[in-house]
Amino acid sequence: MKQLNVAALPSQLQSPPQSSQSSQQSQQPRVIALGSATARTAPRLQSRRPRRMLSALLRAMVTISAAITALIILLVVGYIVAQGVSHLSPRLFELKYTSENVSMTPAIIGTLAMTALALAISAPIGIFSAVYLAEYARRGNRLVRAVRLAAETLAGIPSIVYGLFGALLFNRLWGYSLLAGAATLALMLLPLIMRTAEEALLAVPDMYREGGFGLGAGRLRVVFSITLPAASRGVVAGVILAVGRAVGETAALIFTSGTAPELPRSLLSSVRTLSVHMYVLSNEGLFIDQAYATAFILLLLTTGINALSVFAARRAGRAGK
Amino acid sequence: MKAVDKMAIGEMVSETATDKMATGKIDILNLNLFYGAFQALRGITLTAPERAVTALIGPSGCGKSTLLKTINRLNDLSEGCRVEGRVLLDGADIYDDADVYTLRRRVGMVFQKPNPFPMSVYDNVAFGPRTHGVRSRASLDAAVEASLRRAAIWDEVKDRLNKSALLLSGGQQQRLCIARALAVEPEVLLLDEPTSALDPISTAKIEELASELKKTYTIVIVTHNMQQAARISDKTAFLLLGELVELGDTGQIFTAPRDKRTEDYITGRFG
Amino acid sequence: MRAVFLAAACVCMLAVALITLFLLANGLPAFGKIGALKFLTGTLWRPGNDIYGVAPMILGSLYVTAGAVALGAPVGVLTGVYLARFCPRRARGTLRQAVNLLSGIPSVVYGFFGLVALAPTISRVFGGSGRNMLTASLLLGLMILPTVISVTETSVSAVPDSCYQGALALGATHERAVFSAVLPAARSGVTTGIALGVARAIGEATAVVMVAGNQPAMPSGLLRGLRTLTANIVLEMGYAADLHKGALAATAVTLFVFTLGVNVLLSLGRGRRRV
Repeated sequence: MKQLNVAALPSQLQSPPQSSQSSQQSQQPRVIALGSATARTAPRLQSRRPRRMLSALLRAMVTISAAITALIILLVVGYIVAQGVSHLSPRLFELKYTSENVSMTPAIIGTLAMTALALAISAPIGIFSAVYLAEYARRGNRLVRAVRLAAETLAGIPSIVYGLFGALLFNRLWGYSLLAGAATLALMLLPLIMRTAEEALLAVPDMYREGGFGLGAGRLRVVFSITLPAASRGVVAGVILAVGRAVGETAALIFTSGTAPELPRSLLSSVRTLSVHMYVLSNEGLFIDQAYATAFILLLLTTGINALSVFAARRAGRAGK
Repeated sequence: MKAVDKMAIGEMVSETATDKMATGKIDILNLNLFYGAFQALRGITLTAPERAVTALIGPSGCGKSTLLKTINRLNDLSEGCRVEGRVLLDGADIYDDADVYTLRRRVGMVFQKPNPFPMSVYDNVAFGPRTHGVRSRASLDAAVEASLRRAAIWDEVKDRLNKSALLLSGGQQQRLCIARALAVEPEVLLLDEPTSALDPISTAKIEELASELKKTYTIVIVTHNMQQAARISDKTAFLLLGELVELGDTGQIFTAPRDKRTEDYITGRFG
Repeated sequence: MRAVFLAAACVCMLAVALITLFLLANGLPAFGKIGALKFLTGTLWRPGNDIYGVAPMILGSLYVTAGAVALGAPVGVLTGVYLARFCPRRARGTLRQAVNLLSGIPSVVYGFFGLVALAPTISRVFGGSGRNMLTASLLLGLMILPTVISVTETSVSAVPDSCYQGALALGATHERAVFSAVLPAARSGVTTGIALGVARAIGEATAVVMVAGNQPAMPSGLLRGLRTLTANIVLEMGYAADLHKGALAATAVTLFVFTLGVNVLLSLGRGRRRV
């Protein structure tokens, strides 16, 4: 309706009866004809009131729901940001954690180490299996379906079950350690990395590959010099998404990497990531102010990482075109 | 400088239009339509007589579908669409009256590709009556049966009214869409290339149906298929690049076109 | 090199096999020792006396999940519809990004928010500690919002416009066209979104453990504390040994079966959509 701007047009472009008084007078007979025609159809105009009310109700429902969502977002994010910023202090970033000053620096470093290690395990496996699925296996064969089903199952397993599994297997091997945590986390991230990488590879048009083969390149060369580079941004977006997941994970790590608040000395020493740190702080209940600040830093970190992933994915879309 | 010319043309057109007032079910007067800066229709004046089939023909992109959609104001949806001029239904300008829902009830439309809703055959046909406030099961049953009969598909679907409409064949789906449009008791039916996605047998059925329906309804059909226009329409309008080149009785258009461009088009020299 | 790729592809299957194997190896003996029926239907959980009944936690998980869906799904679906079909174009990007922001917040931060903001509010309004079924359901409902919203939006946007125009051409209002013609066409997508929400709610551990109260007794009301299957593992894994550890593994097996059920339903729904 609003696009129709009949009234806003220069009047000379319009047919006379609508535009001005004088022309309406000159078209007198026609106005009468118009009137009688309208009268003939008038009864049909009724009987619609209740329907319109239903429509208004539906519109109100969706609008209110959207408003509730917006309000929730503002409330949660606003609360954490406001409380977090007001409880930030430089002491919280001192290198050493003590029982008086629950510094988060060791946990931040622990997070970096944990994420890097988990990705070092998970990214190659995930990307390689995506390469197999997208480039080597014939589409729709039984192995592909089995792998996909397995990935879907992995993606559906709750993180606490990963945690329990890690505690039962990896902890028996390495104790509470960076390595045990990273191995558990790597399994958890595997389906995510694999799925996004596979999608990115499948989105590469076949003519790129054919071009490569046409030049006499082998499949391996085509994969590494043509399809993977073409899909790289999508793959990277998936990996960044996995980083975000790793940084935010708690349940899978408490019983595998442990909660030692010191800087990690080796692969076999226990560490806590920032999320675990946050969990411990709020459970102990002694350092709620510091927990506020930690929540803010954690929110900042994961939001930044996710934004980065969206950015990478968007550039991937543009590069694809 | 151009304003003066246009005013003159405008007055001329509206004078001739006055003469035609009584003649048509639908009268389109000096219609200009813009998508943003692009002008899709230029000064179209056209009359569709009651209980007759009017065919709009012309090459792709000539604006025939756009013209069709101005009659039920479905163009309102398009971003930046602007309409000048008048479209009269029974002499009343449909762009004056804000009640577009009643307009669309009076002017039914069938689309190029069959678009049944993903629900049962029954619910598809009952959608319109329910939209307009019919609640009682008996009236709905009656409306559904009557519409399906009029669309000549009752015998094929009467045993599977509760099955999904998406299980029907393409031709059946299109006739179901016609039944769906008839169920709100329209006065006008707009058919937008209704057979372009169908096989020849289904096409023949739809054409037969159109000839039958024109006894009750005013039909405006857009078609790519010249034989189709010749077979089923009473009036034919030829559009080119957003302009109405020629409008006349179908027999005359196809045997003795007045305009050279019409002749070129129907003899297949372009388009 | 082909062999390397193939091996990588098999890691996924290996992982599923390993996880299943380890859970079963640790959980089945406990099932045997306690008695499967006694374990699943027992209403008492007293590790100190070697009494392990997981029924309270099963019910707790189900209640909290149902509560989360009851609170989160309607708002989520309607917001998704709003984003796809009602939102002014200029506001759409902003709202979508805000929803993405919500989906990126770690569970522990949600849990903390529940602990320091939600629970005290509930406590002020209804009395008690504020750590109860209601708070847990609210928090989980909030956590599943982004999933439900984005899946709904995607599937509603994917419905061909001919469906919407067909309804308009019959004289339907915009609202009626969206709700009676477009939304039914997007039904399977919306169901998928809600099922994903269920999966997230039933598997969530960290946030729930912080606000649910965690009493290992049969849930007895909206304003009473309860313990979920996930919470049961989180709370006791740190010090459990022997049969207790086995009982926790058996809890994980139970949880695994539940999530597997949701996943099977999901892929069934997805399969039907493809046909």
